[in-house]
Amino acid sequence: MDSLGHLANGFVVAAKPINLLVALLGSFIGTVVGLLPGLGPINGVAILLPIAFAMKLPPETALILLTAVYIGCEYGGRISSILLNIPGDAGALMTALDGYPMAKKGLAGVALSISAWSSFVGSVLATLGLALFAPILAKWALAFGPAEYFVLMVFAICCLAGMVGERPVKTLLSALIGLLLATVGIDSGSGVYRFTFDDVHLSDGIQFIVVVIGLFSVSEMLVMLEQSHAGQVVIKNTGRAMFNLKEMADTWWGTVRSSIIGFVIGVLPGAGATIASAITYMVEKNLTDREGTFGTGDVRGVAAPEAANNAAAHGAFIPMLTLGVPGSGTTAVLVGALTLYNITPGPLLFEQQPDLVWGLIASMFIGNVMLLVMNIPMVGIFARMLHVPSWFLVPAIAAVSFVGVYAVHATTFDLVLMVALGIFGWGLRKLGFPMAPLILGFVLGDMMEQNLRRALSITDGHLGILVQSPVTWVLWTLAAGALAMPLVLRRLKPAGK
Amino acid sequence: MSDRIFSVVWLAFCASVAWLAWQIDAPFSYEPIGPRAFPLLLAGAMALSAGWLILKPDREPDWPRGALRAKTIVLLVAFLAYASLFEWLGFPLATTLVTIAVGRLFEGGWKSVIAGGVGLGIGLWYFFDKLLDVTLPLGRLWAGA
Repeated sequence: MDSLGHLANGFVVAAKPINLLVALLGSFIGTVVGLLPGLGPINGVAILLPIAFAMKLPPETALILLTAVYIGCEYGGRISSILLNIPGDAGALMTALDGYPMAKKGLAGVALSISAWSSFVGSVLATLGLALFAPILAKWALAFGPAEYFVLMVFAICCLAGMVGERPVKTLLSALIGLLLATVGIDSGSGVYRFTFDDVHLSDGIQFIVVVIGLFSVSEMLVMLEQSHAGQVVIKNTGRAMFNLKEMADTWWGTVRSSIIGFVIGVLPGAGATIASAITYMVEKNLTDREGTFGTGDVRGVAAPEAANNAAAHGAFIPMLTLGVPGSGTTAVLVGALTLYNITPGPLLFEQQPDLVWGLIASMFIGNVMLLVMNIPMVGIFARMLHVPSWFLVPAIAAVSFVGVYAVHATTFDLVLMVALGIFGWGLRKLGFPMAPLILGFVLGDMMEQNLRRALSITDGHLGILVQSPVTWVLWTLAAGALAMPLVLRRLKPAGK
Repeated sequence: MSDRIFSVVWLAFCASVAWLAWQIDAPFSYEPIGPRAFPLLLAGAMALSAGWLILKPDREPDWPRGALRAKTIVLLVAFLAYASLFEWLGFPLATTLVTIAVGRLFEGGWKSVIAGGVGLGIGLWYFFDKLLDVTLPLGRLWAGA
């Protein structure tokens, strides 16, 4: 067991005081960002990334911080789902279905504690899966050539188009816009400038942070303005603060099943926590709900989606760390973070940066224990944060977002470009275009183009190389399957529903 | 209708991307494809998707109307102003002003948004610039001018 030794080393890295401190800080910030409706893991990680970079944190410490924020968000989202009936982030959407009715019955404490527990189980199982499978996949991925990489990225985009959003064509167009934004700047293959309009600010390309914060943070604040009219009452956190053994036994197998399903969905590039929690909720409802209590405040309906969204978030690290192809919008931002440090995620990462990879995996175990402690006995502190008024919250988010963008290059140009992209993104969102594919496209753009060009220069321009190896056949088939998925699912649904 | 308008605009955009991409010329190239092909490919694929949307548009989204539309425009202007004046006014003052403007939009009382604005402007500046070493502008308005 080579992995065990590496993991032990990882714990040495993760147990450094600075890394423990940032894991604690990240878990706390993440829970807060997750519980605030309107702010999700992508915004949280994107806003903190430039600040971590400007503070000159070493790469593994920065990655541990950002990962803790990401995981913390998956915990925090449930608090507002349960107490407010508004999901704090998209992954906690299903938790509200049974969580809010439980809170109304006076069982808010039980709902909060059982969901924290199942989040923890989902996270730990998925982290074990990550430690087990990632090194194997990384070794396997070493055999990938440029053609295989190109087809893999096509597969990732097809996965998104098939699973995210209601209109595959809009998801596809989003991803294409992201890919196009990535071509701005100097072309690394030939050294010529593309779409820079002779502007010195664009010669380096559009900054990653500018795109992410513009599309997510700025456009989110515009959306929040529209939603600010709907008043909602926060339910008091009442009842037993802890679940009992019977509730734990009732939810145990559902939690384990959901963790495994969530993990597998998380590993698929493109499909993330939101889809995982929706699918597991349906599975659990079909499998165990004989009395028809799902949707009226059933503990099992709270535990399952929470286990799934946490497991999916951890699973998304597998394609990111082993292939450099992120499995979710937030891991796409983490790839961007590594790029800022001149680290290219991919199969070689496990060999070249073992401290970074295993330190990160070990810190996930530690971070989840911290989160469990924060989210059961200390949940009252977080619940109180739901009372922060939006007239204060929105300007504070704006200020921190602007600081983040300004920290990278210190130019007014970046700030104005960010606002312009935010307005554009808001328009796209109103029209029903999902934003995560755009980020994924932007992150993958350069890699996708360079791999295509490298592959085609091997064969002097013949497209045959893209279908030459068995790996490419499998990937093309999977890509076609992912695209056909919505059609198949529509057929399978009984006509009556 | 919005989908159709967007798609027509986007088709025009694709055409200009294709036109610009066509003019990219690499003086030295060691590979058969060059820097031109990928943007052209993207422009083509985007044009196809936009064409599909013209044929099969979605329902009309609910754009903000009435008072909400006015508020949305004010918020956009506030953000643009914040971005353009960030360096010139300096972080503390620009943040105070934007907090007052945006806070009012979100129905904060005058006293609380002014107090919140001053608090955020000074507090965040101190937190980032002094504590975390993230350099922020104090304003060109005061410095040399």
